[in-house]
Amino acid sequence: MKYIDEFRNSKVAAKLVEKIKYLADNNRQYNLMEFCGGHTHAIHRYGINQILPGNIKLIHGPGCPVCVLPVPRIDQAIWLASQPNVILCTYADMLRVPGDKQNSLLKGKARGAQVQIVYAVTDALKLAQLNPDKTVVFFAIGFETTTPPTAHAILEANRLNLPNFKVFCNHVLTPVAMAAILDDNQVQIDGFIGPSHVSIIVGSDAYCKVAAKYHKPVVIAGFEPLDVLQSIEYLIGLVNRNEANVVNQYSRAVTNKGNIKAQQITAEVLEIRKQFSWRGLGSIPASGLQIREKYAVYDAEIFFDIPEFESDDVKSCECPQILRGIKEPHNCKLFAKVCTPENPMGACMVSSEGACAAAYQYKTGIN
Amino acid sequence: MKINYKSNVDLTIGAGGRAMNQLIHDLMLAEFDNDFLSQQSDQAILPAINGRLAFSTDSYVVSPLFFNGGNIGSLAINGTVNDLAVGGATPLYISTGFIIEEGFPLADLQAIVRSMAEAAKIAGVKIVTGDTKVVEKGKGDGIFINTSGIGVLENNWLATKPQPGDKIIINGSIGDHGMAILSKREGLNFVTDIISDCAALHQLIMHLQPYLQHIRVMRDPTRGGVSAVLNEWANFYGCSFNLQENQLLVNENVRSLCEILGLDPLHIANEGKVIMVVNPDHAETILSIMQQHPLGTNSRIIGEVSSLEQVIVSMQTSFGGLRRVDWLSGEQLPRIC
Repeated sequence: MKYIDEFRNSKVAAKLVEKIKYLADNNRQYNLMEFCGGHTHAIHRYGINQILPGNIKLIHGPGCPVCVLPVPRIDQAIWLASQPNVILCTYADMLRVPGDKQNSLLKGKARGAQVQIVYAVTDALKLAQLNPDKTVVFFAIGFETTTPPTAHAILEANRLNLPNFKVFCNHVLTPVAMAAILDDNQVQIDGFIGPSHVSIIVGSDAYCKVAAKYHKPVVIAGFEPLDVLQSIEYLIGLVNRNEANVVNQYSRAVTNKGNIKAQQITAEVLEIRKQFSWRGLGSIPASGLQIREKYAVYDAEIFFDIPEFESDDVKSCECPQILRGIKEPHNCKLFAKVCTPENPMGACMVSSEGACAAAYQYKTGIN
Repeated sequence: MKINYKSNVDLTIGAGGRAMNQLIHDLMLAEFDNDFLSQQSDQAILPAINGRLAFSTDSYVVSPLFFNGGNIGSLAINGTVNDLAVGGATPLYISTGFIIEEGFPLADLQAIVRSMAEAAKIAGVKIVTGDTKVVEKGKGDGIFINTSGIGVLENNWLATKPQPGDKIIINGSIGDHGMAILSKREGLNFVTDIISDCAALHQLIMHLQPYLQHIRVMRDPTRGGVSAVLNEWANFYGCSFNLQENQLLVNENVRSLCEILGLDPLHIANEGKVIMVVNPDHAETILSIMQQHPLGTNSRIIGEVSSLEQVIVSMQTSFGGLRRVDWLSGEQLPRIC
């Protein structure tokens, strides 16, 4: 398939691996974090970590929107879906994410909660149009990639005068999360394989601050396997030279400034939240977004009196450590035993982009 | 009076009175037309059959009901025919039960019944007994169909344990049916030309009659796709399978949609495919015989049984890595970013 096969060519891959071997200093370890779940998935699916030299360790970051949402927010979504006359619209990945006591939207749905899977926020908007007597709540999650569509939907709801459309906003910010990871002394990272799709929106300049402050190189990489390999090659070079630059490997899609229009729409509708709690990373100041007062009529958190939940992760689940790259999935006692994709105990096992699910799906039993 | 096919199914049709009788008579009996059904009894009395019997049942709840390459009717016939065929049986008789939701368009019912009749004719099976129920609006999803089938084994074929070195053969591309359905599912609305592979397989399998003894095991990879079948076998027989990604045939349009939605074609349902594990000494012969049949022109060897020591399905990727091919977990759902 055009523009796909070119980026999965095994001969080119072999050459890149040779280059990486040549560049990598055998006397040291390279700890590289791929921030995005999309990269984690690609790394496992194509077996990239098997063909790299042993002293290059890929650490799976928290860039899986499903995985980083804290348990109380899931419980709140289940609560919303259970309210009379409400249809809760969600991306499919959220359905099985465990809330408190293994509750989930899927289980809520089975009990009669109105949960509708949507492929795009525009489908939720359509539902609101078709059901003027119902309150249609969109469960908005994700990093900068899914944020502009949410913001645009709110503008559309405003234009179409659809006050029955509400957004439960859980959007989070990538560069802030990267900084939060680097603030943790336990975390040893030499450089980042930077996000693909997020960077299309925010632009490569968005990482300059964090790269400079923590003196860590960031190479923005495409999601195809050759993109990942080439980015690793760049990163090894940068680490060797002790350069903390932001390099754009994914130049076919990412620009310095990103998608200005999308940024403007987002800024028009959403503003920085003072605090947002992340699964695994804890509460991080200015790391999430909320709906501006101007559009408060569309804000589910204002319209509903949503209760606060105190629920927490399963105690022995190592998701918090795994999301920060301190542990790997197989270091968790629950992994592949009680915690499987069918019965996820923690969020990393739910989405195919989660570190545990990717490891389980593609690696278990493969030596 | 004739049935007005511009109207909808109502509760009188399900009440057992004249309206129901007319529908069964004018539509089902006329279309399925055979001596057993025309006895109009509560049961079909079938002639004695020589040989071991294969018996299978399946319920069809596909949504949308109509898709490129078929509809719930043709699927209900071919699906059950295939379940019999992969046991080495020649399918003979089918029963059908309709559960129809009040308000269902009669024109759609007619189209579905007609395509069942056509599929049965192509497959050489007779629909010999049936039942029709109507449920109140909101208690069904248009129409559900159950079919059961009886087939006869005219040979001594029995599935046996796969052995190391055995080859895995499939009669063509994977993922067509599932993606044809998914592309038409409400909310996705992709404009694609993906056509379901929905077809009856027993003629292809019977074509292999002289070589049946060299086939260890056969299955139609429907829900859960090729990965589900191989994982089931691996667990049941205690063996490992290794696939070669570059030998898998995935049609360009299927692959494109899978890429967009983040799906793995190995997890996607097929309705006209048979996957078999065969003795390696006869693999090439079986392959070439399959390729002579219209349903097998794209047949290929996609992998082999790797060992009896471990229970795992793995794949040599085109990229050069080795990865596990796991069962599908949950419904295969689109990724969000």
